[in-house]
Amino acid sequence: MAKKQNIIDEAKEAIQKAAETVTETVKDVVEDEKTQKIVKQVKQTAEKVADKVQEIIDAPETKEAADALKDAAGKVADAVKAAVSGKSEKIITPKDAKIPEGPLAEKWTNYKAHQKLVNPANKRRLDIIVVGTGLAGASAAASLAEMGFNVLNFCIQDSPRRAHSIAAQGGINAAKNYQNDGDSVYRLFYDTIKGGDYRAREANVYRLAEVSNNIIDQCVAQGVPFARDYGGLLDNRSFGGAQVSRTFYAKGQTGQQLLLGAYSALSRQIGKGTVKMYSRYEMLDVVVIEGRARGIIARNLVTGRIERFFGHAVVIGTGGYGNTFFLSTNAMASNGSVAMQIYRKGAYFANPAYAQIHPTCIPVHGDFQSKLTLMSESLRNDGRIWVPKKLEDAKALQAGKLKGRDIPEEDRDYYLERRYPAFGNLVPRDVASRAAKERCDAGYGVNSTGLAVFLDFSDAIKRLGKDVVAAKYGNLFQMYEKIVDENPYEDPMMIFPAIHYTMGGIWVDYELQTSIKGLFCIGEANFSDHGANRLGASALMQGLADGYFVLPYTIQNYLSDQITVPRMSTDLKEFADAEKAVEAKISKLMGIQGKRSVDSIHRELGLVMWDFVGMGRTAEGLKTALVKIKEIKKEFWSNVYIPGTAEGLNVELEKALRLADFIEIGELMARDALNREESCGGHFREEYQTPEGEALRQDDKFSYVSCWKYQGEDQEPELIKEPLDYEFVQRQTRNYKA
Amino acid sequence: MWLKDSSIGRKLIMSISGIALILFLLFHGTMNVVAIISPDGYNMICEFLGANWYALVGTIGLAVLVIVHILYAFYLTLLNYRARGFERYAVTKKQAAVEWSSKNMLVLGIIVLLGIGLHLYNFWYKMQWVELRHMMGADVDVSKATDGIGYISELFANPVYSLIYLVWLCALWFHLTHGFWSALHTIGWNNDIWMKRLRVISYILATLIVLMFAAVVIFYYGSSLACGIAA
Amino acid sequence: MEKTINIKVKVWRQAGPKAKGHFETFELNNISTDSSFLEMIDVLNEKLISERREPIAFDHDCREGICGMCSLYINGHPHGPDDEITTCQLHMRKFKDGETITIEPWRSAAFPVIKDLMVDRRAFDKIIQAGGFISVNTGGVPDANAIPIPKKNADLAMDAASCIGCGACVAACKNGSAMLFVSAKVSQLALLPQGQVEAARRAKAMVAKMDELGFGNCTNTGACAAECPKGVKLSNIARLNREYLCAKLKD
Repeated sequence: MAKKQNIIDEAKEAIQKAAETVTETVKDVVEDEKTQKIVKQVKQTAEKVADKVQEIIDAPETKEAADALKDAAGKVADAVKAAVSGKSEKIITPKDAKIPEGPLAEKWTNYKAHQKLVNPANKRRLDIIVVGTGLAGASAAASLAEMGFNVLNFCIQDSPRRAHSIAAQGGINAAKNYQNDGDSVYRLFYDTIKGGDYRAREANVYRLAEVSNNIIDQCVAQGVPFARDYGGLLDNRSFGGAQVSRTFYAKGQTGQQLLLGAYSALSRQIGKGTVKMYSRYEMLDVVVIEGRARGIIARNLVTGRIERFFGHAVVIGTGGYGNTFFLSTNAMASNGSVAMQIYRKGAYFANPAYAQIHPTCIPVHGDFQSKLTLMSESLRNDGRIWVPKKLEDAKALQAGKLKGRDIPEEDRDYYLERRYPAFGNLVPRDVASRAAKERCDAGYGVNSTGLAVFLDFSDAIKRLGKDVVAAKYGNLFQMYEKIVDENPYEDPMMIFPAIHYTMGGIWVDYELQTSIKGLFCIGEANFSDHGANRLGASALMQGLADGYFVLPYTIQNYLSDQITVPRMSTDLKEFADAEKAVEAKISKLMGIQGKRSVDSIHRELGLVMWDFVGMGRTAEGLKTALVKIKEIKKEFWSNVYIPGTAEGLNVELEKALRLADFIEIGELMARDALNREESCGGHFREEYQTPEGEALRQDDKFSYVSCWKYQGEDQEPELIKEPLDYEFVQRQTRNYKA
Repeated sequence: MWLKDSSIGRKLIMSISGIALILFLLFHGTMNVVAIISPDGYNMICEFLGANWYALVGTIGLAVLVIVHILYAFYLTLLNYRARGFERYAVTKKQAAVEWSSKNMLVLGIIVLLGIGLHLYNFWYKMQWVELRHMMGADVDVSKATDGIGYISELFANPVYSLIYLVWLCALWFHLTHGFWSALHTIGWNNDIWMKRLRVISYILATLIVLMFAAVVIFYYGSSLACGIAA
Repeated sequence: MEKTINIKVKVWRQAGPKAKGHFETFELNNISTDSSFLEMIDVLNEKLISERREPIAFDHDCREGICGMCSLYINGHPHGPDDEITTCQLHMRKFKDGETITIEPWRSAAFPVIKDLMVDRRAFDKIIQAGGFISVNTGGVPDANAIPIPKKNADLAMDAASCIGCGACVAACKNGSAMLFVSAKVSQLALLPQGQVEAARRAKAMVAKMDELGFGNCTNTGACAAECPKGVKLSNIARLNREYLCAKLKD
């Protein structure tokens, strides 16, 4: 009898435990439909167990009952397992991504024909928050305001014209075929897909190529002074990854001119009062009410005040996260914080590992260095890249005993022309960067650190004359001379790859909407169009395409059923909670009062990123990176020192808030890079390369977009896959040799 | 009124009054040179430009131009001083491409103004003004009004006067080297090619005007010395 | 190879817009001549932070000489003693060992100091908002090659458009005038057929806004063009005068 009682007690305990496990496991994910089904199933199983226990009390054969109990417990475990694994199997289908039906070339037309619109009277009643004033943000804010929406636009700089799009030098692609060299929308689409190493969404890229021509028309109408020929028509130049001349340019300042075009359109709307501009404001969180983005929390950087803003929809155009590496070609204030804020609120972060390393930057030269300077890709039109053939020449260059011009022609190794005869110096960026690294790793670097190759204009000067070269690249040469103190007309330039752009970013569907309703993401901040590698002169194209010609349409499809939603009060609990959380984070940071400056920790993070998550990645290195980043995170949250107070202007606090997010992005990048066991585009895993050292894709296993879903502080994020099925393009190994 | 309220309008007033004054200086200078070439001719001009209605209208017009030019100069300087803000730079350096005169137009202008004051007292007050009073029946000596040459040679025999006049002309030269091209620039008659040309023309014009005036001073001071020696 | 210098830096400190400012002098040793001017300030700030003092606030962003965010009046020159570059591209090799470098904020009534070396340049945005644009909405525009533009005009427009809106012209001008900035935008758009349509309206609106915001009157000293980091030419001001006067005379 006592034995029987024991069994009953044990059984009760087991049930209790099982119930606890189930509750705990499914606690965080109860909102999911599938999970709820499983929970129901588990509950039923538990009820069955209870029944069995009841039977035990009555039944004489306790052994049989005990077996039944075991069986039931097993079922509970299985159900829980199924609940968890069922979730990780989750994939995003083309339907989830809202990709329209029909042939590739008709998708966008079909979409526009059938999307829902908002009538003019209702537009005035809808508020849209646009964060960021780069090409994407400014063009979107201006276009939306022109349509009649009420726009609130935010930027962290003193003026919307400072956004880092301004620093783009080379140009913007469009399929105009003004040069009659066989260009077309399809060819631009194909080049972009191929350049991205078949890791981009077909429908998005085709749309991008389609609207590229409108962008050029729009910019010319705005007064962008593109380069012209003597006949008065627009001129073009060539860029990497293309065999046609489709790049429009304005000296070496194309980004500046395009941004100023968008800025002027934005200014016109600000002047009219349709856009309210908030400069020196930094977004610190998104406010989500009943599953929809309804506003933001932002800090006035001058007064230090935390303020709340409501919008029927929120558009994020805050650029990339290249500054995770500390040294990059990004501006000092460029950051990934907004991406992380919305990631933490449930937006998926897609392909974080895809970072572009630009082959032609001025090499690193000291510990004090704060950023890297880009030398436009357009230089590769006329410049030839080389290192010495002989190792002893390289040694002499490194020791400063020789100059580039002293090395005779026959002793120069034009390695890009040698390895890739068809594209030569104009191979895509990832290929050129890796080739430079390969030569430098082999000991052929040409400066004191051994981390530089030559970009030589002597041939071009001989062929075209110094004046023509100066007219084309004068401002870049001047910039080089000011920084390096050497005359590039006489000595070849020294260049080395540097982090430049991040193809990864917030996951968006065809409508540029994130996985949070009413929250849109445009420009470099989203993951969309460039796959694993971006072609030169395509970033400007994508930013403006999103802002001028895509978002203004697709956002209406969302807003059409929001017209009945009145403007909400920012006194709502959700706003108050979000603000409280932001304030808590700030006071936590201010309270650390440790010993290290923000920059010193950021530099440390940058080195780890460059060494282990940079140009050549290995499983082992990435695991090391994950450990080291954790240590840096601990160091940051326990030993950072921020002088001053949170009231008023405090640059160190701004930087600390951004670094807190960079650390987490770094971790996410390493995690994604570790997961992606293949080499593609900008992501190069050393374990996966051809015998010639080219990237080796694993299409059967990794032809998907990795979307990471936040699971809570210090929890591993969940991986959700969006398979990339190429319906219209034949996937090939990228070949720039012939 | 945009000529008063807009910065370019105000500058236009300065520009046009300035150009008119330059034209006057050219005319005046040409007249002065006559004093060297033909003293009789000069006296004829003195008589011709005495208290006649056209000379008087010209004089009043000239006075209006000068007053407008001066008033606007002070008004502009005041506005510009305010636009600079309360705090001043601790260290300022002149840029190589910037003319010294361009940054000191007001000071130069004041020196020129003081010179004009003296000049008016010396000449206009004793010539045209006296003649006017004479015409109105006052009992005054009008010899200087018609015998300009005599008066000039008397005045410039004094080395102090000659020196003061030369300093004044020096300030005028600086004022004009900037003033002339700047006036045309303000009207909009300038571009990259003419920028250099206008500056050269400014120098030539200023030098020409100043030389015409200085020549008289130096000539009569020199001749007074010569006469002194001869005497 | 690498040379270092020891310098003294005399910096303007001002806690806020209304606070009274003063100079503070810091000594800095072993500054690499290869470092940029702003990197030198970074080093100084790191030093201040390590001494638990407040770092110097200054504006900067792209550090490539194009965003126009960096300012600083260095030894009597906006953007320092070197020609045609911004402060972020100025390098320490332009300074001598033992030199005292004086750093001040832009000083102009229209650019109030926010903190230390940071000034508020939103006045420039307001001028652009008044008319520094071509009134076209997104979409519905003609083909980019529909209107040929003489290369000479396109090039001149590009030269004028290279203005980065940093405010060095205002800082350099003894009159605190924004004429070079305004003329650059007016010129760029007046030189292009697309912009000519509303050229008169634009010139009047932008000049009126400039005057309203408290910028001074241009006296053609040319200090603006001499200090402009992008070499925007003085002839643009003549063009603006022309555009403005023609517009006014037509009224």
